[in-house]
Amino acid sequence: MDFLTTNAPILIVAIPLVAAFIIPLLGQKGDGVRNGFTLTIFGLTSFLVAVLAVNVHDVGIRIYAFGAAAADLAVPQGFIVPVRIIFEVDAMSMFMGIIVTTVTLAALIYSLHFLKGQTGQARFYSLMMLLYVGMMGLAFTGDMFNLFVFLEIASISGAALAAYRTNLADAVEGGFKYIVISAISALLVLFAIGILYSEYNVLSIAAIAHFIQYTHLDMIALGLLGAAFAMKLAGVPLHMWAPDTYTVAPAGSTPMILAASYMSMYALYRVTFTIYGGFIDTGAIGWAVIIVGLLSMFVGVMMAVHQTDIKRMMAYHAISQGGYMLLGLGVGLAVIANPAALEAYGRDAMNGGIFHIINHVFYKALLFMAAEAIFFRIGTRDTNKMGGLARNMKWTTGFYIIGALAIAGIPPFNGFASKLLIYESVLKFNPILAIVAMFVSLVTLASFAKVFYSAFTGPPMPAHKEVKEVPKSMIVGMSILAVLIIFFGLFPGLIVDTIVAPATNALISHASYINAVMGAVP
Amino acid sequence: MPILSYGYAVWAPIVWIVALVVIGIMVFIWRSRGQKGYKKETAQADVFLSGAKVPPAEERHVKADNIYWGFFESLKGLYSWMMKPHTGIVNDYLLWFVVVAAIAILIFLLAGL
Repeated sequence: MDFLTTNAPILIVAIPLVAAFIIPLLGQKGDGVRNGFTLTIFGLTSFLVAVLAVNVHDVGIRIYAFGAAAADLAVPQGFIVPVRIIFEVDAMSMFMGIIVTTVTLAALIYSLHFLKGQTGQARFYSLMMLLYVGMMGLAFTGDMFNLFVFLEIASISGAALAAYRTNLADAVEGGFKYIVISAISALLVLFAIGILYSEYNVLSIAAIAHFIQYTHLDMIALGLLGAAFAMKLAGVPLHMWAPDTYTVAPAGSTPMILAASYMSMYALYRVTFTIYGGFIDTGAIGWAVIIVGLLSMFVGVMMAVHQTDIKRMMAYHAISQGGYMLLGLGVGLAVIANPAALEAYGRDAMNGGIFHIINHVFYKALLFMAAEAIFFRIGTRDTNKMGGLARNMKWTTGFYIIGALAIAGIPPFNGFASKLLIYESVLKFNPILAIVAMFVSLVTLASFAKVFYSAFTGPPMPAHKEVKEVPKSMIVGMSILAVLIIFFGLFPGLIVDTIVAPATNALISHASYINAVMGAVP
Repeated sequence: MPILSYGYAVWAPIVWIVALVVIGIMVFIWRSRGQKGYKKETAQADVFLSGAKVPPAEERHVKADNIYWGFFESLKGLYSWMMKPHTGIVNDYLLWFVVVAAIAILIFLLAGL
């Protein structure tokens, strides 16, 4: 068990990475062998994630130095800075790891029947594993260069997954747009890393945070990183690629591409809180994040309610919900230098923002899967051509209702708990922001009611009278997420205390992250 | 821990669910005491539209395009302004990216002064 605990950070990334290259070979032996292998490998990886999560919860930050005499030897004897590649796993990294692993598991199970009979399945599962590797690597990496590397792995595999259905022209276009914006963003990230490296001669995030002087060059690097991550996380006005890509990606991969966007949000948090967290004027950075959040909430929801393509509508909602997360974290960042305000409402705002990430990924993944279940059966995403589907697709309707109520923030579902934290705390910071957030929730409910009415209620359309419920594996995939949504809604205190508050603390106390690597350095 | 504390109040979902279940049972009992003479498959259940001929059920269903028509009509100006940047052209997306990056750099440079 000690071996597993010690080496879990690297095994979680290495096992699916190796599996990604074995899957196409096993595909030659048959679908059953390949699917069985993929599920077994991912089950093992999920177990390792659970082991590491418990370990991080119990002992705090975990370091894994590649090739060192001891796994936790970040700075070798005789050196004053880390020279090896390091994984640094704190509560925030682990929080993102749990999200990514859960969504991938549900997506894998869902895809088993969803892809049945289609060509290129080996590539699909292989790319899924690579996307998982990219996201977990992003969460765990302790140095800026590997942050870029894992960002690239996630982007390339994400774009290939988005363009998986090459027989659909819009799928190829969606994948193309995703790779273009990802490549340009990654170039700016690399440029910013170059600036930081040229100044401080280190790549370790902790070491950069330790030595940073907040020079003009550092501020330019922050601007580049901020814009690049805002593009990847689809913050308004850099959101336009998201509906084009999310809409066309196959159901199993859409939640994962969504999770990949939130990994960029994680990268933004890591940079702003950990590297620039000691900067005297975090207020300006906080307000910049709040403004992007507000714009995302408002523009996202107003565009969503106007859509008639069910997945495009959900894609715009993903942009809108991302705004809530940015709002919560922005408020925390704006008051991080003011201990009284931080304790009065800043910490709760951050808890709300972080809690909303996991809630949103779960219910949006469920909604995307429900939408794709409809597409799977009737072959269209146009809600104008739907009607009465609830009569024959009872499970899908139930999952849609759960997801819709959760995203609209209706109690007792999980979305309510995180939105409540955001409303209450943001109200104390600036009441206008809270009013906008509540208005956005109202329009969200209206847009999901519109789709529910037009797609699920009423008489069945003549063309869809004989439509059947989706196969069992798709129902199981959606059930995992539905159960989690209800559980998180019923026990919000447990979730906040166990995984959300530690993640918030990890972001706020950036000194702990630095000391875990640089502790021995004078 | 089903209770979520947030500053000056708490949210206890299970208490609310129990309360809703109790209210639901009360409503159900009240409803079951109502009129029992309703006959499902008779003219009693037919739609009455001022005596006009009622179209078949499939044609009566309101399409997504028509839902919230008044809302979109009254916000036409806002929507035409909001739709304009959504061109679907990746070159335009990158132009926005350049503009935002420049503004972000400017803001952070000013903050750092």
